[in-house]
Parts: sequence; C-alpha cells; structure tokens
Amino acid sequence: MSQTFKGRPVLPGNCSGEALVSRQGFNTLASFQKSVILHSKKAVCSDQDNKDLYGKEMTGKILCLPQTIGSTTGGLVLQTVAEAGTGPKAMLFAEHIDSLAAAGVILSDIWVGFRYVVVDQLGPDFLTAVRTGQTVTIQEDGTVVVG
Amino acid sequence: MQEYKMTLLPEEESILRGEQGETLRKVMQSVVMYGEAFGAEKLVPIQGSPHLVTSFGANTIKPYFEMMQELIDAGLKTQQPFTVDPRPMDFEHLNPGLLRRLSFKLIFGKQEEYERQLQALGLKNENAFSCACYLPEVGNTPRQGDNLAWSESSAVVYANSVLGARTNRNSAGIDVMCDIVGKAPYFGLLTDEGRRATWKVELRSASLPNAQLLGSAIGIKVMEDVPYITGLDRFLGEGLNPATEAYLKDMGAATASNGAVGLYHVDRITPEAVQQGESLLAEGYQTYIVDDAELKKVLDNYPVLWKDKTARPGMAFIGCPHLTLHQLQDWSARIEAALAEAGKARTEVPAYLFTAPDVADVFRKDAARVAALLEKNIHITTICPLMYMNNPLCGKDPIITSSNKLRTYTSARFYLEDELLRIIVSGTLPQGGRQ
Repeated sequence: MSQTFKGRPVLPGNCSGEALVSRQGFNTLASFQKSVILHSKKAVCSDQDNKDLYGKEMTGKILCLPQTIGSTTGGLVLQTVAEAGTGPKAMLFAEHIDSLAAAGVILSDIWVGFRYVVVDQLGPDFLTAVRTGQTVTIQEDGTVVVG
Repeated sequence: MQEYKMTLLPEEESILRGEQGETLRKVMQSVVMYGEAFGAEKLVPIQGSPHLVTSFGANTIKPYFEMMQELIDAGLKTQQPFTVDPRPMDFEHLNPGLLRRLSFKLIFGKQEEYERQLQALGLKNENAFSCACYLPEVGNTPRQGDNLAWSESSAVVYANSVLGARTNRNSAGIDVMCDIVGKAPYFGLLTDEGRRATWKVELRSASLPNAQLLGSAIGIKVMEDVPYITGLDRFLGEGLNPATEAYLKDMGAATASNGAVGLYHVDRITPEAVQQGESLLAEGYQTYIVDDAELKKVLDNYPVLWKDKTARPGMAFIGCPHLTLHQLQDWSARIEAALAEAGKARTEVPAYLFTAPDVADVFRKDAARVAALLEKNIHITTICPLMYMNNPLCGKDPIITSSNKLRTYTSARFYLEDELLRIIVSGTLPQGGRQ
C-alpha cells in the first residue's frame, strides 16, 4: 500500500524512481569522494561510516535523507556529480534542507543546468516509512508517494 | 524577473533583472535563492574579508572551474581580497616520493590554472592559503558583529564563536557568489535568534580535557545545534588569550567535523558568553554532561581504519587545522624534550607540523632552528594534511595524528598528545592500546 507525504518543494519537479535511504546524516564528500577521484561512471557510496549506503550505487536514485553533513565542499561535490551525470536524480529531506546541500543543488540548477528535484521537511515519518528499492513518485507541489 | 519573498533593494532587483549583465544576474539569483531556502527576509552587507574553502585544482571539479571562469570573463571579483584553504602539495617540505608526486600531479593537475583563477577573482596574496586565516600573522581576522559568508567548517566555527563574527556554514561556490555581490542572506547564525544555544554542555572532568576529544564529544552529541559550554573556565581562566584561542580552535574544529557545529559559546570566555551569559540559552534547551568517563567512552569508540592495525607508523601529522605560532613553537619544543629524555637524536616517526605560510615564514626566520629540527626529523609544511591523504596512494599509509578532523575524514589514527609524542620518539604503538 502506498503512503503519501507532503513537503516543501525547494527545487520543484515531477519524477519517479528507486529510493535510496540514508537514515543518518548523508556525508556528501565522504559518499562521493572515491567515485569523483576515480572518474567512475557510476557513483558507489564510499562513506564507511554510513551503514545504510556504504557500497550501494547512488547514480540516478532518489536519495532520501535527514540532512547532509560533513565538509563545506559538499555543495561543490553535488555540482560535480550533477555535471558528470553520476549523482542522484532527486533528494528528499526529512528535515529542513541544510546550508551545504542547498548551495549545491541551487548552484547545479543555475550554473550546471542540471536540476535535482528537491523536497524538504517531509518529516521523520517519511524516513521511517520509505525503504531502499521502493518506487517513489515526486510531484511538483512537494507531494511524495512511496510504494 | 522571478518573484521572491525576500525584501530586495532597488539595486539588488536591478541586478536580478539582468541590467548589470547576465553573469552577475546569475550570481545574485544564486544568493537570493539560497537565502529563500532558509526564509531569509533580506540580504545584509558583508563587512569582513572573505575566506573560501576551495583551494585545490582537482581535475575532477570541472563545473566549478567553468563557473569561476565565467565570473572572471564577466570581469567580476570579490568585493574584498580573500584568503583560501591550504594548498594540496608542498614537495619541498613533504616529499611523498616520485610515484606519489606523479599521482598528485594527476589528481591536482589544474592547481596552477586554478591559482591563476583565484588571483583574478581577488586572492589576497601568494601566502593566503590557510584554513586558520584568522591567525594574526595571516591577518584575515573579522571583528565581533561582522557579517561574513565564509566556508571551511573550522574557520566558520572559529569566526562565530571566538571572534563573535557572524557567518553561516556556507558551501564552496556559494561563498564566492556572496562575496562578489558583497552580501549574505540574513538567516541562521547571522541572526540573534539563530545564535541562541539549544544545548547546555556541563564539563565536569577532573582536569582540562584534550581539546580535540572534548570537541568531538560535543559535536557527536549536538550535531548542528549551538552548545553553551560551562566549566572550561576552571582550567582556561576567564576571557581570551593566545593559549585559550589555540585550545578553542582545536576544540571547535572537532565539533564541526565530528558534528556540524557552526557556533558554540563558552561561559566566561567567548565574547557573546562574556557579554550575555546564560541568557544565551534558548527556552527548553537540552543538557549534556561531559565527565572523564564520557570522554573515555568517546575515545574508545573511534574505529581504527588501518589495514594492519599493528603497523609501524609512517608519519605523524600535527596541525589540522593549521597550528598557531605558539603551537608550532610548543610542539617542536615538546618533541625535542621527549627526544632528549629518551636519549635520542632523531625521532623514529617523522613528525610533520602543519601551519599557515605566513606563520611558517615567521618561524623560518630562525634558519638555524629549522635546520636543527630537520636533523631531528621534525618538518614544517603549509599544506592541508587532509588533501595529502585524499591521494589514494597516500591515504592507506599508517599515519598517526592529534587531529580529530583528520581522523574523521581519513584513515589517520588519533592519539592524545602525550601518547602521540611517545610514539613519535619510540616508533612503536602502545602495548594494549586501542586497536
């Protein structure tokens, strides 16, 4: 049975895809570091501290997370994988988007011409409900349907 | 022009309409959209000098270089000269060997080109490469109340907490945008409300804790929140002095890397805490008690990421963030004293002390002293140890460190200072120590 959540569209858009769920803060640099350095065609999470995502492919997925954490180069990493086509297609934040991710997705939109569909403030129940591998559908008004 | 909720000045609206060029329009749009994501009601002028996190010409960050070039081609510069994080390479003082030098050249193949871009955009000078840009020798030291748009998490938390300046934790890229228009969106740590503490951290240890360990414990607990720390003045005294500032630099960097702290207050020590005391605590704040048992628990939980956990340490890295001049003098003297006590002429593990180019210049004026240290296997360099270890060929080396930030982002193994000194001198890991 599907579940519906309503958040704030930070960068609105319509899309659907496979969920990739991090229940802990997503360390953008640590997660993409290896694939960026090695110019990989697919980004596999290299953050050893992230038990949910370590070793999992992130390219083209709908990343579900509380917030991003870590280095202030995080936004630059999001720009880099946007241009390389190895990042997620959408980011769904349970909490308010953090300043590092906000900068990264906005600069990607304006300077790279790649739009991550971004919805935030979906609430803690969203992260409890969504499972990696489930189909997630995002609507322009910030509605997110899981399953 | 797109509709924004933020109140904009006529000049800002003119830029957004593209009346001063398409590139400047995109810059202003970036800043305004960034502010809108956080409900900023306006933009405020930046008063202090900028500091940027991106100091490395890595081949992989192509869209960033293209963005910078577009800014340069449009004739744009930051409104004031800026400092930037440390360079990634210094082969004269930290020579990784031929193969690794080649790999550094491959990874950071655009370093020279990027430094030319930085100069075109307003880099302060050739020496302006340090994460501790606020040190007096470097001179990018904002005043209390200055609005900034800094990146580099350790610099952000220092500027906010120790200097009382106001900056959010900005990411690479948006820092440049704000500094070009000379304005930052008014939200978060720029506001009085955003600077109120939602945690009270009560330090109850028997002695002054290791700064990096205390910062780690606080960061892991409060994550991105603002803590108000009591009990440190028992050991550090009241107010600021160079030793306290160095302690807070290291503690703050650990709060920012082990968590995401952008501001902390220390009772009777940091400027806003001195002025406002516990009235900085927000209603409904949470309490975290840090005693010796809690600090030991945090230390014991650090994973050891070395493949061979009993490997002989290859190098010791001290100074992430960069050491102050006082710390540089103190560390070199402590290693020398430990050598003398052990009756040795050279350390078993090469010790690398990382500091700002301006600080190194001051220290290196005494050439005889520097030569004597080199004889003892004590080296001074100005690069970023984290970037050194980001080279996959170097990242697997058995590095030991006193830096919690370096521990967090690399496989470097963390030791408290006295233990680190013993390993540097003896070359052996402690028996029965943390595995």
